[in-house]
Amino acid sequence: MAKILSYEEKDTWIHRLSGVTKLIFFLLWCFTSMLTYDTRVLLFMVFFSLIVFKISKTQWKQVGAVFKLVMVFLVFNVLAIYIFSPDQGTAIYGTKTVLFHIAGRYDMTLEQLFYEFNVVIKYFTIIPAVFMFLVTTNPSEFAASMNKIGISYNVGYAISIALRYIPDVQGEFTKIRNAQEARGIEMSGKASLMSRIKNTSSIIFPLIFSSMDRIDVVSNAMELRGYGKHKKRTWYMERALKRNDYLVIGFTVLFMVAALAVTFADGSRFYNPFV
Amino acid sequence: MKLKFGIKEVVAIGIGTALFVALTQIQIPTPIPNTYLQPRMAVMAFLAAVFGPVVGGVIGLLGHALGDAMFYGSVWWSWVFPDGVVGFAIGLFAARYAIKEGGFTSKKPIVLFNVVQVIANAIAWIVLAPILDIVIYAEPVEKLLAQGAGAFLGNILIIGILGTLLCVGYSKIGAKSSSLTKED
Repeated sequence: MAKILSYEEKDTWIHRLSGVTKLIFFLLWCFTSMLTYDTRVLLFMVFFSLIVFKISKTQWKQVGAVFKLVMVFLVFNVLAIYIFSPDQGTAIYGTKTVLFHIAGRYDMTLEQLFYEFNVVIKYFTIIPAVFMFLVTTNPSEFAASMNKIGISYNVGYAISIALRYIPDVQGEFTKIRNAQEARGIEMSGKASLMSRIKNTSSIIFPLIFSSMDRIDVVSNAMELRGYGKHKKRTWYMERALKRNDYLVIGFTVLFMVAALAVTFADGSRFYNPFV
Repeated sequence: MKLKFGIKEVVAIGIGTALFVALTQIQIPTPIPNTYLQPRMAVMAFLAAVFGPVVGGVIGLLGHALGDAMFYGSVWWSWVFPDGVVGFAIGLFAARYAIKEGGFTSKKPIVLFNVVQVIANAIAWIVLAPILDIVIYAEPVEKLLAQGAGAFLGNILIIGILGTLLCVGYSKIGAKSSSLTKED
């Protein structure tokens, strides 16, 4: 079974930040990284997220398995870009510096390498932010603090139910799969495409039915306890925004504005070292 | 249209998202790089068809973002939003499918469900996803169109087969009141 990222309790100032602060940081950080292709800004972001990663005392064994998977996707993506469009770099940067010729329309150009280098470091700005958010945010506290800043508690509840039930549903999935495999159903690549769809459905059917039951049970239990009767709720895990939260949010917004200002100062989202 | 939002919808979003995330790990590979048949899409289509557009849309958005983050460590935002669009669109006609009431066994709702899902997937993966990809990530157009077309085919296939089967199966079993036949 694939190992997934999950919250782990530790005592650092990052863990003590409110979940909402971390969500705002995460979203704005992703947004900045999506918009900019400025190599200087991206490199700074990689550097900065590595520092934050260090401070949060996240260990390799918490994230290593997922990290390796990301690397596989990264390699696929970089190769696919080159195969589909070997001249993307030239199209963006406007010059063509051929290093060597491969075959047909495939030249290895300096511009293409630089463009793909940017794609790679873009990944590296996002990965630590995602890891950080998932391993340092307590789901219950997250739901409570979302409600605290004015978001409907239905939203907070839906998210915290999702986070709460992911391990349960996954456990059930594994159980059903083992049972079906014990009955001789082939799930690996050896089966043909159509029979794999069919075999997958033999896992999904029981899983769906048990999940529909679970939805009934949980919503009845919540109804019995008077969920949704009042406009407001109180929370056990509630935590008000503190000085550090405001500092982090302030820094994130300033950083985003500065990063975008630097990026778009020359009128383009790309940093062009070739002209 | 079913826009009622009560306790059941909140729980359905929560558990539906958990289901979507857990099923992220089953990916049936296709010959196109980075593109897989995703049974989770069929599950989302089913839940959207049962619980309506809001539940379907949110499961698509939240499930895709969380699932990507937890399993792949990065979120590909330009593919998160189209997923939400597909869920929302399929859910719009939830009342017509009448899955819980046992209506999803005749030909009409099955055809409707599939027409809606094909149109929704076309909008999402052939139009929306490549546009967002170009705007957000500035990747080569040819690659994105190939990936978009791959996702479109993969999703209509898996929703068309597995999604339809799930709806029919649940409609048959879930509707206990109509499973009794009168004896003479």
